[in-house]
Amino acid sequence: MKSRTGKRRYTVIGVLLTALMLFPVYWMINVSLTPQQDMRKTPPDLLPLHPTFEGYRAVLNDQMPYLGTSLLIGLGTVALTLLLAAPAGFALAKLRPFGGGVLGLVLLIAQMIPGIVMAMGFYGIFLDLGLLNSWWGLIIADSTIAVPFGVMIFTAFMSGIPGELIAASRIDGAGTFRTFWSIVLPVSRNALVTVSLFSFLWAWSDFVFANTLDGGGDLRPITLGIYKYIGNNNQEWNSIMATAVVASIPAAVLLVLAQRYVAAGVTAGAVKD
Amino acid sequence: MTIARVDRRAQRSPAGSGATGTGQRTNTSALRRRQRRGSRLTALAFIAPLVVYLAAFYLYPLYRNLDLSLRDYTVRSFVQGDAPFSGLDNFRTVLDDPTFGPAMRHTLVFTFASIAFQYAAGLALAVFFNRHFRLAPTLRALFLIPWLLPLIVSASTWSWMFNSESGVINYALHLVGMSPVDWLNSPDWALTSVVIANIWIGIPFNLVILYSGLQNIPGELYEAASLDGAGAWQQFRRITFPLLRPVSAITLLLGLVYTLKVFDLIWIMTKGGPGDASSTLATWSYQLGFGTLLPKFGPGAAVGNILILIALVFGLLYIRVQRRQEA
Repeated sequence: MKSRTGKRRYTVIGVLLTALMLFPVYWMINVSLTPQQDMRKTPPDLLPLHPTFEGYRAVLNDQMPYLGTSLLIGLGTVALTLLLAAPAGFALAKLRPFGGGVLGLVLLIAQMIPGIVMAMGFYGIFLDLGLLNSWWGLIIADSTIAVPFGVMIFTAFMSGIPGELIAASRIDGAGTFRTFWSIVLPVSRNALVTVSLFSFLWAWSDFVFANTLDGGGDLRPITLGIYKYIGNNNQEWNSIMATAVVASIPAAVLLVLAQRYVAAGVTAGAVKD
Repeated sequence: MTIARVDRRAQRSPAGSGATGTGQRTNTSALRRRQRRGSRLTALAFIAPLVVYLAAFYLYPLYRNLDLSLRDYTVRSFVQGDAPFSGLDNFRTVLDDPTFGPAMRHTLVFTFASIAFQYAAGLALAVFFNRHFRLAPTLRALFLIPWLLPLIVSASTWSWMFNSESGVINYALHLVGMSPVDWLNSPDWALTSVVIANIWIGIPFNLVILYSGLQNIPGELYEAASLDGAGAWQQFRRITFPLLRPVSAITLLLGLVYTLKVFDLIWIMTKGGPGDASSTLATWSYQLGFGTLLPKFGPGAAVGNILILIALVFGLLYIRVQRRQEA
Protein backbone atom coordinates (compact mmCIF):
# COMPACT_ATOMS: atom_id res chain seq x y z
CA MET A 1 0.00 0.00 0.00
CA LYS A 2 2.76 2.37 0.95
CA SER A 3 4.48 1.97 -2.37
CA ARG A 4 1.25 2.61 -4.27
CA THR A 5 0.65 5.95 -2.56
CA GLY A 6 4.33 6.66 -3.11
CA LYS A 7 3.89 5.99 -6.81
CA ARG A 8 0.84 8.22 -6.90
CA ARG A 9 2.94 10.98 -5.41
CA TYR A 10 5.44 10.52 -8.24
CA THR A 11 2.64 10.92 -10.76
CA VAL A 12 1.54 14.17 -9.13
CA ILE A 13 5.09 15.53 -9.06
CA GLY A 14 5.59 14.38 -12.67
CA VAL A 15 2.48 16.21 -13.82
CA LEU A 16 3.59 19.37 -12.01
CA LEU A 17 7.08 19.22 -13.52
CA THR A 18 5.65 18.68 -16.99
CA ALA A 19 3.29 21.62 -16.50
CA LEU A 20 6.21 23.80 -15.47
CA MET A 21 8.26 22.67 -18.45
CA LEU A 22 5.44 23.27 -20.90
CA PHE A 23 4.44 26.62 -19.45
CA PRO A 24 6.07 28.58 -22.32
CA VAL A 25 4.09 26.50 -24.79
CA TYR A 26 0.90 27.20 -22.86
CA TRP A 27 1.81 30.87 -22.71
CA MET A 28 2.31 31.01 -26.48
CA ILE A 29 -1.21 29.63 -26.96
CA ASN A 30 -2.65 31.93 -24.29
CA VAL A 31 -1.09 35.05 -25.82
CA SER A 32 -2.24 33.99 -29.29
CA LEU A 33 -5.83 34.18 -27.99
CA THR A 34 -5.45 37.42 -26.03
CA PRO A 35 -7.18 40.51 -27.44
CA GLN A 36 -4.81 43.30 -28.38
CA GLN A 37 -6.15 45.73 -25.74
CA ASP A 38 -5.45 43.22 -22.94
CA MET A 39 -1.93 42.46 -24.13
CA ARG A 40 -0.14 44.88 -21.83
CA LYS A 41 -2.51 44.55 -18.91
CA THR A 42 -1.08 44.08 -15.39
CA PRO A 43 -1.57 41.48 -14.13
CA PRO A 44 -1.69 39.53 -17.41
CA ASP A 45 -4.63 37.19 -17.94
CA LEU A 46 -3.39 33.75 -17.02
CA LEU A 47 -6.31 32.10 -18.78
CA PRO A 48 -7.76 33.04 -22.16
CA LEU A 49 -11.15 34.00 -20.67
CA HIS A 50 -12.03 36.37 -23.50
CA PRO A 51 -10.42 34.57 -26.42
CA THR A 52 -10.09 36.37 -29.69
CA PHE A 53 -9.23 34.81 -33.01
CA GLU A 54 -7.95 37.99 -34.60
CA GLY A 55 -4.41 36.61 -34.36
CA TYR A 56 -5.40 33.49 -36.27
CA ARG A 57 -7.27 35.62 -38.80
CA ALA A 58 -4.02 37.48 -39.38
CA VAL A 59 -2.30 34.12 -39.97
CA LEU A 60 -4.91 33.19 -42.56
CA ASN A 61 -4.52 36.54 -44.28
CA ASP A 62 -0.75 36.96 -44.17
CA GLN A 63 0.96 33.65 -43.61
CA MET A 64 -0.59 31.05 -45.90
CA PRO A 65 2.00 31.48 -48.69
CA TYR A 66 4.81 31.15 -46.15
CA LEU A 67 3.28 27.95 -44.75
CA GLY A 68 2.90 26.55 -48.26
CA THR A 69 6.52 27.30 -49.04
CA SER A 70 7.66 25.61 -45.84
CA LEU A 71 5.64 22.53 -46.73
CA LEU A 72 7.19 22.46 -50.19
CA ILE A 73 10.71 22.91 -48.84
CA GLY A 74 10.14 20.34 -46.10
CA LEU A 75 8.89 17.69 -48.54
CA GLY A 76 11.63 18.50 -51.03
CA THR A 77 14.25 18.12 -48.32
CA VAL A 78 12.79 14.76 -47.28
CA ALA A 79 12.90 13.56 -50.89
CA LEU A 80 16.47 14.67 -51.46
CA THR A 81 17.64 13.29 -48.12
CA LEU A 82 16.11 9.84 -48.67
CA LEU A 83 17.40 9.71 -52.23
CA LEU A 84 20.97 10.26 -51.04
CA ALA A 85 20.98 8.65 -47.62
CA ALA A 86 19.13 5.35 -48.10
CA PRO A 87 21.36 3.87 -50.85
CA ALA A 88 24.49 5.18 -49.14
CA GLY A 89 23.40 3.73 -45.81
CA PHE A 90 22.80 0.37 -47.49
CA ALA A 91 26.20 0.42 -49.11
CA LEU A 92 27.96 1.34 -45.87
CA ALA A 93 26.06 -1.32 -43.93
CA LYS A 94 26.18 -4.23 -46.37
CA LEU A 95 28.43 -3.69 -49.36
CA ARG A 96 31.62 -2.67 -47.56
CA PRO A 97 32.62 0.00 -50.09
CA PHE A 98 36.15 1.25 -50.49
CA GLY A 99 36.76 4.06 -47.98
CA GLY A 100 33.58 3.39 -46.04
CA GLY A 101 35.21 3.97 -42.66
CA VAL A 102 36.56 7.35 -43.70
CA LEU A 103 33.14 8.30 -45.03
CA GLY A 104 31.57 7.48 -41.67
CA LEU A 105 34.04 9.78 -39.95
CA VAL A 106 33.43 12.54 -42.50
CA LEU A 107 29.69 12.31 -41.82
CA LEU A 108 30.23 12.61 -38.07
CA ILE A 109 32.39 15.69 -38.51
CA ALA A 110 29.97 17.18 -41.04
CA GLN A 111 27.31 17.29 -38.35
CA MET A 112 29.52 19.45 -36.16
CA ILE A 113 30.01 22.29 -38.61
CA PRO A 114 28.12 25.40 -37.51
CA GLY A 115 25.16 26.37 -39.68
CA ILE A 116 26.27 29.98 -40.06
CA VAL A 117 29.56 28.89 -41.62
CA MET A 118 27.72 26.74 -44.13
CA ALA A 119 25.32 29.59 -44.75
CA MET A 120 28.15 31.97 -45.55
CA GLY A 121 29.76 29.48 -47.92
CA PHE A 122 26.44 28.78 -49.63
CA TYR A 123 25.81 32.49 -49.95
CA GLY A 124 28.91 32.94 -52.09
CA ILE A 125 28.15 29.86 -54.20
CA PHE A 126 24.49 30.71 -54.69
CA LEU A 127 25.44 34.26 -55.61
CA ASP A 128 27.71 32.92 -58.36
CA LEU A 129 25.10 30.47 -59.62
CA GLY A 130 22.16 32.86 -59.31
CA LEU A 131 20.42 30.54 -56.86
CA LEU A 132 19.80 33.12 -54.16
CA ASN A 133 16.15 33.50 -53.21
CA SER A 134 15.10 30.29 -54.92
CA TRP A 135 13.11 27.66 -53.08
CA TRP A 136 15.03 24.74 -54.46
CA GLY A 137 18.35 26.32 -53.55
CA LEU A 138 17.00 26.36 -50.03
CA ILE A 139 16.08 22.67 -50.31
CA ILE A 140 19.70 21.87 -51.17
CA ALA A 141 20.98 23.94 -48.24
CA ASP A 142 18.44 22.48 -45.80
CA SER A 143 19.26 18.94 -46.85
CA THR A 144 22.81 19.42 -45.55
CA ILE A 145 21.36 19.45 -42.03
CA ALA A 146 19.71 16.06 -42.50
CA VAL A 147 21.83 14.01 -44.92
CA PRO A 148 24.70 13.02 -42.56
CA PHE A 149 22.19 12.10 -39.85
CA GLY A 150 20.14 10.17 -42.39
CA VAL A 151 23.08 8.13 -43.65
CA MET A 152 24.04 7.25 -40.07
CA ILE A 153 20.51 6.14 -39.20
CA PHE A 154 20.21 4.03 -42.36
CA THR A 155 23.65 2.50 -41.81
CA ALA A 156 22.88 1.62 -38.21
CA PHE A 157 19.49 0.19 -39.08
CA MET A 158 20.52 -1.74 -42.18
CA SER A 159 23.50 -3.29 -40.38
CA GLY A 160 20.89 -5.07 -38.29
CA ILE A 161 19.22 -6.72 -41.30
CA PRO A 162 20.25 -10.41 -41.28
CA GLY A 163 22.76 -11.29 -43.97
CA GLU A 164 20.74 -14.43 -44.81
CA LEU A 165 17.84 -12.29 -45.98
CA ILE A 166 20.09 -10.60 -48.51
CA ALA A 167 21.83 -13.84 -49.46
CA ALA A 168 18.45 -15.50 -50.03
CA SER A 169 17.42 -12.71 -52.34
CA ARG A 170 20.69 -13.13 -54.26
CA ILE A 171 20.08 -16.86 -54.63
CA ASP A 172 16.67 -16.09 -56.06
CA GLY A 173 18.55 -14.25 -58.77
CA ALA A 174 17.95 -10.68 -57.65
CA GLY A 175 20.74 -8.20 -58.30
CA THR A 176 21.96 -5.77 -55.66
CA PHE A 177 19.62 -3.02 -56.82
CA ARG A 178 16.62 -5.27 -56.81
CA THR A 179 17.58 -6.60 -53.37
CA PHE A 180 17.88 -3.05 -52.09
CA TRP A 181 14.57 -2.00 -53.55
CA SER A 182 12.33 -4.95 -52.79
CA ILE A 183 13.95 -6.49 -49.69
CA VAL A 184 16.04 -3.93 -47.82
CA LEU A 185 13.88 -0.82 -48.20
CA PRO A 186 10.61 -2.48 -47.12
CA VAL A 187 12.13 -3.90 -43.94
CA SER A 188 13.78 -0.54 -43.20
CA ARG A 189 10.47 1.19 -42.76
CA ASN A 190 11.33 2.43 -39.27
CA ALA A 191 14.52 4.06 -40.47
CA LEU A 192 12.70 5.61 -43.43
CA VAL A 193 10.09 7.10 -41.10
CA THR A 194 12.69 8.39 -38.63
CA VAL A 195 14.82 10.04 -41.29
CA SER A 196 11.80 11.52 -43.07
CA LEU A 197 10.41 12.94 -39.83
CA PHE A 198 13.63 14.62 -38.81
CA SER A 199 14.56 15.96 -42.21
CA PHE A 200 11.09 17.45 -42.56
CA LEU A 201 11.16 18.97 -39.11
CA TRP A 202 14.63 20.45 -39.54
CA ALA A 203 13.82 21.94 -42.93
CA TRP A 204 10.55 23.31 -41.59
CA SER A 205 12.34 24.87 -38.60
CA ASP A 206 15.37 26.19 -40.46
CA PHE A 207 16.01 29.87 -39.95
CA VAL A 208 19.72 30.40 -40.67
CA PHE A 209 19.68 29.23 -44.29
CA ALA A 210 16.31 30.82 -44.99
CA ASN A 211 17.38 34.19 -43.64
CA THR A 212 20.71 34.12 -45.45
CA LEU A 213 19.80 32.54 -48.77
CA ASP A 214 16.12 33.33 -49.24
CA GLY A 215 15.71 36.69 -47.50
CA GLY A 216 14.25 38.44 -50.51
CA GLY A 217 12.65 35.64 -52.49
CA ASP A 218 9.07 35.35 -53.65
CA LEU A 219 8.67 32.06 -51.84
CA ARG A 220 9.81 32.40 -48.26
CA PRO A 221 9.29 29.87 -45.47
CA ILE A 222 7.23 30.37 -42.32
CA THR A 223 10.26 30.97 -40.11
CA LEU A 224 10.87 34.15 -42.10
CA GLY A 225 7.16 34.96 -41.90
CA ILE A 226 7.42 35.05 -38.12
CA TYR A 227 10.76 36.86 -38.22
CA LYS A 228 9.30 39.56 -40.45
CA TYR A 229 6.40 39.93 -38.03
CA ILE A 230 8.78 40.48 -35.11
CA GLY A 231 11.21 42.60 -37.11
CA ASN A 232 8.59 45.12 -38.19
CA ASN A 233 8.48 46.16 -34.56
CA ASN A 234 5.06 44.64 -34.60
CA GLN A 235 3.30 44.94 -31.29
CA GLU A 236 0.48 42.58 -32.24
CA TRP A 237 1.80 39.73 -30.20
CA ASN A 238 -1.39 37.72 -30.61
CA SER A 239 -0.72 37.55 -34.36
CA ILE A 240 2.93 36.65 -33.78
CA MET A 241 2.07 33.95 -31.26
CA ALA A 242 -0.77 32.63 -33.44
CA THR A 243 1.73 32.21 -36.27
CA ALA A 244 4.09 30.50 -33.83
CA VAL A 245 1.31 28.10 -32.80
CA VAL A 246 0.55 27.25 -36.42
CA ALA A 247 4.27 26.82 -37.16
CA SER A 248 4.44 24.33 -34.27
CA ILE A 249 1.76 22.06 -35.72
CA PRO A 250 4.18 19.74 -37.57
CA ALA A 251 6.15 19.22 -34.36
CA ALA A 252 2.93 18.38 -32.49
CA VAL A 253 1.73 16.02 -35.21
CA LEU A 254 5.07 14.23 -35.28
CA LEU A 255 5.05 13.83 -31.53
CA VAL A 256 1.56 12.34 -31.50
CA LEU A 257 1.94 10.10 -34.53
CA ALA A 258 5.51 9.04 -34.22
CA GLN A 259 6.70 9.42 -30.66
CA ARG A 260 8.86 6.31 -30.61
CA TYR A 261 10.59 7.32 -33.81
CA VAL A 262 11.39 10.71 -32.32
CA ALA A 263 13.00 9.21 -29.24
CA ALA A 264 14.86 6.77 -31.49
CA GLY A 265 16.17 9.66 -33.55
CA VAL A 266 17.41 11.61 -30.55
CA THR A 267 19.35 8.69 -29.14
CA ALA A 268 20.61 7.35 -32.47
CA GLY A 269 24.33 7.49 -32.70
CA ALA A 270 24.70 8.81 -29.19
CA VAL A 271 24.04 5.64 -27.23
CA LYS A 272 24.80 2.09 -28.18
CA ASP A 273 22.27 -0.47 -26.99
CA MET B 1 7.25 9.03 -54.69
CA THR B 2 10.67 9.68 -53.34
CA ILE B 3 11.50 6.03 -53.21
CA ALA B 4 10.38 5.47 -56.77
CA ARG B 5 13.00 7.94 -57.83
CA VAL B 6 15.66 6.07 -55.93
CA ASP B 7 14.66 2.97 -57.82
CA ARG B 8 14.67 4.52 -61.27
CA ARG B 9 18.04 6.02 -60.68
CA ALA B 10 19.37 2.75 -59.41
CA GLN B 11 18.13 0.70 -62.35
CA ARG B 12 19.51 3.07 -64.89
CA SER B 13 22.97 2.96 -63.35
CA PRO B 14 25.40 1.12 -65.61
CA ALA B 15 27.22 -0.55 -62.74
CA GLY B 16 24.13 -2.60 -62.04
CA SER B 17 24.87 -5.05 -64.84
CA GLY B 18 28.18 -5.93 -63.18
CA ALA B 19 26.49 -7.59 -60.25
CA THR B 20 23.76 -9.38 -62.18
CA GLY B 21 25.99 -10.73 -64.94
CA THR B 22 27.68 -13.34 -62.75
CA GLY B 23 25.02 -16.01 -63.03
CA GLN B 24 26.82 -18.51 -65.30
CA ARG B 25 29.29 -20.97 -63.95
CA THR B 26 32.79 -20.56 -65.24
CA ASN B 27 36.11 -20.88 -63.54
CA THR B 28 35.36 -20.42 -59.83
CA SER B 29 38.20 -18.13 -58.92
CA ALA B 30 37.67 -15.92 -61.95
CA LEU B 31 34.02 -15.81 -61.10
CA ARG B 32 34.74 -14.82 -57.56
CA ARG B 33 37.16 -12.16 -58.66
CA ARG B 34 34.62 -10.82 -61.09
CA GLN B 35 31.95 -10.96 -58.45
CA ARG B 36 34.10 -9.01 -56.06
CA ARG B 37 34.87 -6.40 -58.66
CA GLY B 38 31.20 -6.27 -59.59
CA SER B 39 30.11 -5.75 -56.02
CA ARG B 40 32.80 -3.09 -55.62
CA LEU B 41 31.31 -1.26 -58.58
CA THR B 42 27.81 -1.72 -57.24
CA ALA B 43 28.83 -0.35 -53.85
CA LEU B 44 30.38 2.60 -55.64
CA ALA B 45 27.15 3.24 -57.52
CA PHE B 46 25.24 3.27 -54.25
CA ILE B 47 27.63 5.61 -52.54
CA ALA B 48 28.74 7.87 -55.39
CA PRO B 49 25.76 10.25 -55.20
CA LEU B 50 26.50 10.87 -51.53
CA VAL B 51 30.19 11.45 -52.16
CA VAL B 52 29.46 13.90 -54.97
CA TYR B 53 26.90 15.61 -52.78
CA LEU B 54 29.29 15.93 -49.83
CA ALA B 55 31.96 17.37 -52.08
CA ALA B 56 29.62 19.87 -53.69
CA PHE B 57 27.55 20.92 -50.70
CA TYR B 58 29.85 20.44 -47.72
CA LEU B 59 33.42 20.63 -48.89
CA TYR B 60 32.89 23.37 -51.45
CA PRO B 61 30.99 25.74 -49.11
CA LEU B 62 33.69 25.17 -46.50
CA TYR B 63 36.36 25.88 -49.07
CA ARG B 64 34.51 29.05 -50.11
CA ASN B 65 34.35 30.10 -46.50
CA LEU B 66 38.07 29.52 -46.03
CA ASP B 67 38.75 31.43 -49.22
CA LEU B 68 36.55 34.29 -47.97
CA SER B 69 38.52 34.48 -44.75
CA LEU B 70 41.85 34.69 -46.62
CA ARG B 71 40.94 37.49 -49.01
CA ASP B 72 40.20 41.17 -48.71
CA TYR B 73 36.60 41.30 -49.85
CA THR B 74 34.43 44.29 -50.52
CA VAL B 75 30.85 44.09 -51.71
CA ARG B 76 31.97 44.67 -55.29
CA SER B 77 34.81 42.19 -55.28
CA PHE B 78 32.48 39.69 -53.60
CA VAL B 79 30.22 39.81 -56.64
CA GLN B 80 33.04 39.95 -59.18
CA GLY B 81 35.19 37.42 -57.36
CA ASP B 82 38.52 39.22 -57.79
CA ALA B 83 39.38 40.08 -54.21
CA PRO B 84 43.13 40.19 -53.50
CA PHE B 85 44.67 37.49 -51.33
CA SER B 86 45.44 38.90 -47.91
CA GLY B 87 46.75 35.95 -45.94
CA LEU B 88 45.80 36.01 -42.30
CA ASP B 89 44.89 39.71 -42.25
CA ASN B 90 41.23 39.00 -41.57
CA PHE B 91 42.12 36.80 -38.64
CA ARG B 92 44.40 39.54 -37.29
CA THR B 93 41.62 42.12 -37.70
CA VAL B 94 39.22 39.87 -35.87
CA LEU B 95 41.59 39.05 -33.02
CA ASP B 96 42.35 42.76 -32.50
CA ASP B 97 38.69 43.72 -32.60
CA PRO B 98 37.35 44.88 -29.21
CA THR B 99 34.37 42.55 -29.74
CA PHE B 100 36.55 39.43 -29.90
CA GLY B 101 37.19 39.16 -26.15
CA PRO B 102 33.55 39.58 -25.10
CA ALA B 103 32.28 37.33 -27.92
CA MET B 104 34.69 34.58 -26.92
CA ARG B 105 33.81 34.94 -23.25
CA HIS B 106 30.07 34.94 -23.98
CA THR B 107 30.44 31.86 -26.17
CA LEU B 108 32.12 29.99 -23.32
CA VAL B 109 29.66 31.22 -20.67
CA PHE B 110 26.68 30.47 -22.90
CA THR B 111 27.96 27.00 -23.77
CA PHE B 112 29.10 25.86 -20.35
CA ALA B 113 26.23 27.38 -18.36
CA SER B 114 23.74 25.88 -20.82
CA ILE B 115 25.10 22.37 -20.80
CA ALA B 116 25.75 22.33 -17.04
CA PHE B 117 22.13 23.12 -16.24
CA GLN B 118 20.72 21.06 -19.11
CA TYR B 119 22.69 18.06 -17.97
CA ALA B 120 21.81 18.46 -14.28
CA ALA B 121 18.11 18.91 -15.04
CA GLY B 122 18.12 16.15 -17.64
CA LEU B 123 19.81 13.70 -15.26
CA ALA B 124 17.46 14.51 -12.38
CA LEU B 125 14.45 14.06 -14.65
CA ALA B 126 15.82 10.84 -16.16
CA VAL B 127 16.29 9.32 -12.70
CA PHE B 128 12.84 10.56 -11.74
CA PHE B 129 11.10 9.12 -14.81
CA ASN B 130 12.95 5.86 -14.28
CA ARG B 131 10.67 5.17 -11.29
CA HIS B 132 8.02 3.87 -13.73
CA PHE B 133 4.97 5.50 -12.21
CA ARG B 134 1.64 5.94 -13.94
CA LEU B 135 1.65 8.38 -16.87
CA ALA B 136 5.47 8.39 -16.88
CA PRO B 137 5.81 7.49 -20.60
CA THR B 138 3.27 10.13 -21.63
CA LEU B 139 4.85 12.86 -19.52
CA ARG B 140 8.29 11.93 -20.78
CA ALA B 141 7.03 12.29 -24.35
CA LEU B 142 5.56 15.70 -23.54
CA PHE B 143 8.96 16.78 -22.29
CA LEU B 144 10.23 16.44 -25.87
CA ILE B 145 8.09 19.33 -27.10
CA PRO B 146 10.55 22.18 -26.43
CA TRP B 147 13.19 20.35 -28.43
CA LEU B 148 10.89 19.77 -31.42
CA LEU B 149 9.56 23.31 -31.73
CA PRO B 150 11.11 25.48 -34.42
CA LEU B 151 13.70 27.70 -32.74
CA ILE B 152 12.00 30.83 -33.99
CA VAL B 153 8.85 29.76 -32.15
CA SER B 154 10.68 29.18 -28.86
CA ALA B 155 12.76 32.32 -29.26
CA SER B 156 9.83 34.61 -29.95
CA THR B 157 7.79 33.07 -27.13
CA TRP B 158 10.64 33.61 -24.66
CA SER B 159 11.15 37.14 -26.00
CA TRP B 160 7.59 38.03 -25.09
CA MET B 161 7.81 36.24 -21.73
CA PHE B 162 10.96 38.25 -20.97
CA ASN B 163 9.33 41.53 -22.00
CA SER B 164 10.22 44.16 -19.38
CA GLU B 165 6.80 45.75 -18.95
CA SER B 166 4.31 43.07 -19.90
CA GLY B 167 6.24 39.84 -19.65
CA VAL B 168 4.92 37.01 -17.52
CA ILE B 169 8.36 36.41 -15.96
CA ASN B 170 8.53 39.86 -14.44
CA TYR B 171 4.96 39.32 -13.26
CA ALA B 172 6.06 36.12 -11.53
CA LEU B 173 8.96 38.00 -9.92
CA HIS B 174 6.49 40.63 -8.77
CA LEU B 175 4.33 37.90 -7.18
CA VAL B 176 7.24 36.71 -5.06
CA GLY B 177 8.11 40.26 -4.12
CA MET B 178 11.12 40.85 -6.36
CA SER B 179 11.69 43.93 -8.46
CA PRO B 180 11.32 43.58 -12.23
CA VAL B 181 14.35 42.90 -14.41
CA ASP B 182 14.96 44.51 -17.77
CA TRP B 183 15.86 41.11 -19.23
CA LEU B 184 16.61 41.49 -22.92
CA ASN B 185 17.44 45.19 -22.94
CA SER B 186 19.94 45.34 -20.13
CA PRO B 187 23.60 44.50 -20.72
CA ASP B 188 23.70 42.69 -17.37
CA TRP B 189 20.84 40.30 -18.10
CA ALA B 190 20.70 39.74 -21.86
CA LEU B 191 23.14 36.83 -21.83
CA THR B 192 21.39 35.25 -18.82
CA SER B 193 18.08 35.49 -20.66
CA VAL B 194 19.28 33.63 -23.73
CA VAL B 195 21.02 31.05 -21.53
CA ILE B 196 17.74 30.39 -19.68
CA ALA B 197 15.86 29.94 -22.95
CA ASN B 198 18.59 27.66 -24.29
CA ILE B 199 18.58 25.49 -21.16
CA TRP B 200 14.85 25.00 -21.64
CA ILE B 201 15.39 23.89 -25.23
CA GLY B 202 18.22 21.50 -24.36
CA ILE B 203 16.71 19.64 -21.38
CA PRO B 204 14.72 17.15 -23.54
CA PHE B 205 17.82 16.03 -25.44
CA ASN B 206 19.69 15.34 -22.19
CA LEU B 207 16.67 13.66 -20.65
CA VAL B 208 16.14 11.25 -23.54
CA ILE B 209 19.77 10.20 -23.90
CA LEU B 210 20.39 9.83 -20.16
CA TYR B 211 17.10 7.97 -19.72
CA SER B 212 18.05 5.47 -22.40
CA GLY B 213 21.41 5.12 -20.64
CA LEU B 214 19.65 4.31 -17.38
CA GLN B 215 17.79 1.45 -19.08
CA ASN B 216 21.10 -0.37 -19.47
CA ILE B 217 21.90 -0.43 -15.76
CA PRO B 218 20.79 -3.83 -14.41
CA GLY B 219 18.00 -3.58 -11.83
CA GLU B 220 19.61 -6.25 -9.62
CA LEU B 221 22.31 -3.78 -8.68
CA TYR B 222 19.73 -1.56 -7.05
CA GLU B 223 18.03 -4.52 -5.37
CA ALA B 224 21.34 -5.66 -3.92
CA ALA B 225 22.17 -2.13 -2.80
CA SER B 226 18.86 -1.63 -1.05
CA LEU B 227 19.28 -5.02 0.68
CA ASP B 228 22.58 -3.66 1.95
CA GLY B 229 20.68 -0.69 3.30
CA ALA B 230 21.74 1.94 0.75
CA GLY B 231 19.35 4.87 0.54
CA ALA B 232 18.20 6.60 -2.64
CA TRP B 233 21.05 9.13 -2.58
CA GLN B 234 23.63 6.42 -1.90
CA GLN B 235 22.27 4.37 -4.79
CA PHE B 236 22.50 7.36 -7.09
CA ARG B 237 26.03 8.20 -6.01
CA ARG B 238 27.43 4.67 -5.95
CA ILE B 239 25.55 3.03 -8.83
CA THR B 240 23.69 5.35 -11.16
CA PHE B 241 26.24 8.09 -11.55
CA PRO B 242 29.36 5.92 -12.01
CA LEU B 243 27.64 3.49 -14.39
CA LEU B 244 26.19 6.35 -16.38
CA ARG B 245 29.57 7.96 -16.89
CA PRO B 246 30.12 6.80 -20.48
CA VAL B 247 26.67 8.02 -21.53
CA SER B 248 27.22 11.24 -19.60
CA ALA B 249 30.47 11.89 -21.43
CA ILE B 250 28.77 11.42 -24.78
CA THR B 251 25.84 13.62 -23.78
CA LEU B 252 28.04 16.44 -22.54
CA LEU B 253 30.37 16.39 -25.53
CA LEU B 254 27.51 16.30 -28.03
CA GLY B 255 25.81 19.08 -26.07
CA LEU B 256 29.02 21.08 -26.22
CA VAL B 257 29.33 20.74 -29.99
CA TYR B 258 25.67 21.62 -30.54
CA THR B 259 25.63 24.54 -28.11
CA LEU B 260 28.78 26.17 -29.50
CA LYS B 261 27.03 26.71 -32.79
CA VAL B 262 23.72 28.03 -31.45
CA PHE B 263 22.82 31.05 -33.51
CA ASP B 264 19.09 31.30 -34.20
CA LEU B 265 18.01 31.64 -30.61
CA ILE B 266 20.37 34.48 -29.69
CA TRP B 267 19.93 36.27 -32.99
CA ILE B 268 16.14 36.25 -32.75
CA MET B 269 16.00 37.21 -29.08
CA THR B 270 18.71 39.88 -28.82
CA LYS B 271 20.70 40.04 -32.09
CA GLY B 272 23.71 39.75 -29.76
CA GLY B 273 22.82 43.01 -28.07
CA PRO B 274 22.40 45.32 -26.40
CA GLY B 275 25.80 46.41 -27.69
CA ASP B 276 27.83 43.20 -27.53
CA ALA B 277 26.25 42.06 -24.27
CA SER B 278 25.03 38.72 -25.61
CA SER B 279 27.05 38.28 -28.79
CA THR B 280 28.82 34.97 -29.24
CA LEU B 281 31.24 33.93 -31.98
CA ALA B 282 28.28 32.61 -33.98
CA THR B 283 26.20 35.78 -33.82
CA TRP B 284 29.23 38.01 -34.27
CA SER B 285 30.26 36.13 -37.40
CA TYR B 286 26.77 36.56 -38.83
CA GLN B 287 26.66 40.18 -37.73
CA LEU B 288 29.88 40.87 -39.63
CA GLY B 289 28.76 39.08 -42.77
CA PHE B 290 25.07 39.83 -42.99
CA GLY B 291 24.01 42.07 -40.12
CA THR B 292 24.94 45.44 -41.54
CA LEU B 293 24.53 47.37 -44.75
CA LEU B 294 28.28 47.18 -45.30
CA PRO B 295 29.03 43.48 -45.01
CA LYS B 296 32.50 42.41 -43.91
CA PHE B 297 32.56 38.95 -45.43
CA GLY B 298 36.26 38.37 -44.81
CA PRO B 299 36.29 38.95 -41.04
CA GLY B 300 32.89 37.25 -40.76
CA ALA B 301 34.24 34.12 -42.42
CA ALA B 302 37.36 34.31 -40.24
CA VAL B 303 35.23 34.24 -37.07
CA GLY B 304 33.27 31.34 -38.55
CA ASN B 305 36.47 29.41 -39.16
CA ILE B 306 37.65 30.03 -35.60
CA LEU B 307 34.31 28.63 -34.46
CA ILE B 308 34.80 25.54 -36.63
CA LEU B 309 38.21 24.98 -35.06
CA ILE B 310 36.77 25.07 -31.54
CA ALA B 311 33.87 22.81 -32.53
CA LEU B 312 36.26 20.34 -34.14
CA VAL B 313 38.40 20.06 -31.00
CA PHE B 314 35.39 18.96 -28.98
CA GLY B 315 33.99 17.02 -31.91
CA LEU B 316 37.12 14.91 -32.29
CA LEU B 317 37.17 14.38 -28.55
CA TYR B 318 33.59 13.11 -28.84
CA ILE B 319 34.50 10.74 -31.65
CA ARG B 320 37.45 9.43 -29.61
CA VAL B 321 35.31 8.81 -26.55
CA GLN B 322 32.61 7.13 -28.61
CA ARG B 323 35.08 4.90 -30.47
CA ARG B 324 36.68 3.83 -27.21
CA GLN B 325 33.28 2.91 -25.77
CA GLU B 326 32.42 0.80 -28.78
CA ALA B 327 35.72 -1.03 -28.70
